[in-house]
Amino acid sequence: MVGAMEIYKLLPTDACKECGYSSCMALAVALLNREKKLEDCPALLNPKYADKFKKLKELLAPLEKASETGLIIHPEKCFGCGNCVVACPVNVAAEPTRCGIGLGPQGDRVILAVEDGVVKCMNVKECRRFGPNKVMCNACTVTCPSKAIEFV
Amino acid sequence: MAVCTGCSLLCEDIELTLKTGAISQVKNLCRKGHGHFQALFTERIVPKIDGQEVSVDQAITKAVDILRNAKHPLLYGWSNSALEAQRVGIDLGKKLGATIDDTSSFCQGILMELVLTGKLPTCTLDDVRNFADTSVFWGADPSNSHPRLLSRFAYYPRGSKRQKSYEEERNCLVVDVRKSATAKLCSNYFRVPPGGDADFIASVIDVLDGKIPKYGDKKRMIDLGTILRKTEYGVIFPGVGLVYALQDKIELLKTLVAKLNEITTFKVVPMVEHYNMRGFNQLLLDDSGSINRVSFHSGQVTHGPENSIMAAAKICDAALVIGSDPLSSLPFGTAKSLAGVSLIAIDPRRSLTTDAAQVVIPSAMYGLEAGGSAIRMDGVRIEFEPIVKSDLLSDEQILARIKEEI
Repeated sequence: MVGAMEIYKLLPTDACKECGYSSCMALAVALLNREKKLEDCPALLNPKYADKFKKLKELLAPLEKASETGLIIHPEKCFGCGNCVVACPVNVAAEPTRCGIGLGPQGDRVILAVEDGVVKCMNVKECRRFGPNKVMCNACTVTCPSKAIEFV
Repeated sequence: MAVCTGCSLLCEDIELTLKTGAISQVKNLCRKGHGHFQALFTERIVPKIDGQEVSVDQAITKAVDILRNAKHPLLYGWSNSALEAQRVGIDLGKKLGATIDDTSSFCQGILMELVLTGKLPTCTLDDVRNFADTSVFWGADPSNSHPRLLSRFAYYPRGSKRQKSYEEERNCLVVDVRKSATAKLCSNYFRVPPGGDADFIASVIDVLDGKIPKYGDKKRMIDLGTILRKTEYGVIFPGVGLVYALQDKIELLKTLVAKLNEITTFKVVPMVEHYNMRGFNQLLLDDSGSINRVSFHSGQVTHGPENSIMAAAKICDAALVIGSDPLSSLPFGTAKSLAGVSLIAIDPRRSLTTDAAQVVIPSAMYGLEAGGSAIRMDGVRIEFEPIVKSDLLSDEQILARIKEEI
């Protein structure tokens, strides 16, 4: 997954502050968190940075698929093992007698469920990573055997 | 709720949504199970004799002719079939005086025999979930072979005595020749070279005896010994990798488990691949005293390596293959011998064996189109009901008709 440093290396790094941030590194983090768009950097629109702009577009393209919590699912890599479904603390709290003991969920209050052989994400607002007071929980990504789930 | 017959976990929490006879959505089914069920709609076969399409009745009559005229018939497969069909199959074998063998003969038979005869202590997967704090996957990669084993039983679920589960209370150890998908998740991974499992076991026994291990990284082996000693309830899941590496040294595993049980509680649950291999082994053991490689020739029950698929394929003159694809999975020499005899294949789906068979009889898929029961990898009997209506005969019905006509 793309990191802030990779984005920073492709920014003009002239600290013009026209984007509203005090440094290009701060802008790189904002781009990674999808709080700003590339067009918010006026210097980058200069034709001499056209190559870098194009590379940044390609670099940030996968982030468009991410949910509001930054979760990206690669269905082609998923085994459908359900490790994330059982490990997710929100799932366990929602269905302690199902997800808590390793069974698949039955209700619709869970965040992660396996459908058609691959994991699906739903009810994003219930995720501990949602909103400004987010908890940096990673129970679903560390239990994935094939790295089919990632956070931005 | 449906039961998945894709692997020997026999997951019972599958929710299917049917739309005009086809599956439109399925919940809680892993990718392997999804592929298994989807093949129902893509890889079906039709009854055939010598490549010509015929009716089921004609195919069954031809199969009866072949088996009746055979001097040394072989009945092979059985692991992907229900207990009821296996029961009829064993009776058919007795009636024909046939040699009967299953897929365990070529994979986990040695280990399964020790478990079924009580020489290795075993437990159910529900015990694993509720009590186990150390799971050892040895020569196995459940993330690929049994995708839901870790999430349903072995590592991630909360059990009655293991409420903190993988976060605090469970250890997962992997001993394997490569860093498999499971090894990436586990708390400790030990790499062994191919065939090095016997030396590794000897070193673990040394460590448990308080001696300096001769093999491997001494510090890591002592750490492993400490983890095993501190375990309250441990389970070893031996896979085909361990069985193939040990072969005639399987006694070493028995010694290790006995040594571990002097210190704490350790059980063994074989990583059975096919969904009802253990069921067939249990049935045949109850019936003939041996889990596989049995011959009913001339009314006498004999068992031994001469009745294994490897040997029997070379001397048989007709073979009935059910619930297996030996031409794909067996060594070339055996597969070639088998392809050269009058072959009858009973299977719900197309395979290399059905392509090469003289007589092909399509059957209903257990778990979806046919009901029955099977024995899970830990010995628990699971019943399943048909979910989809089908005109196809089940394995049990086909075998019963063959038996009746003979």
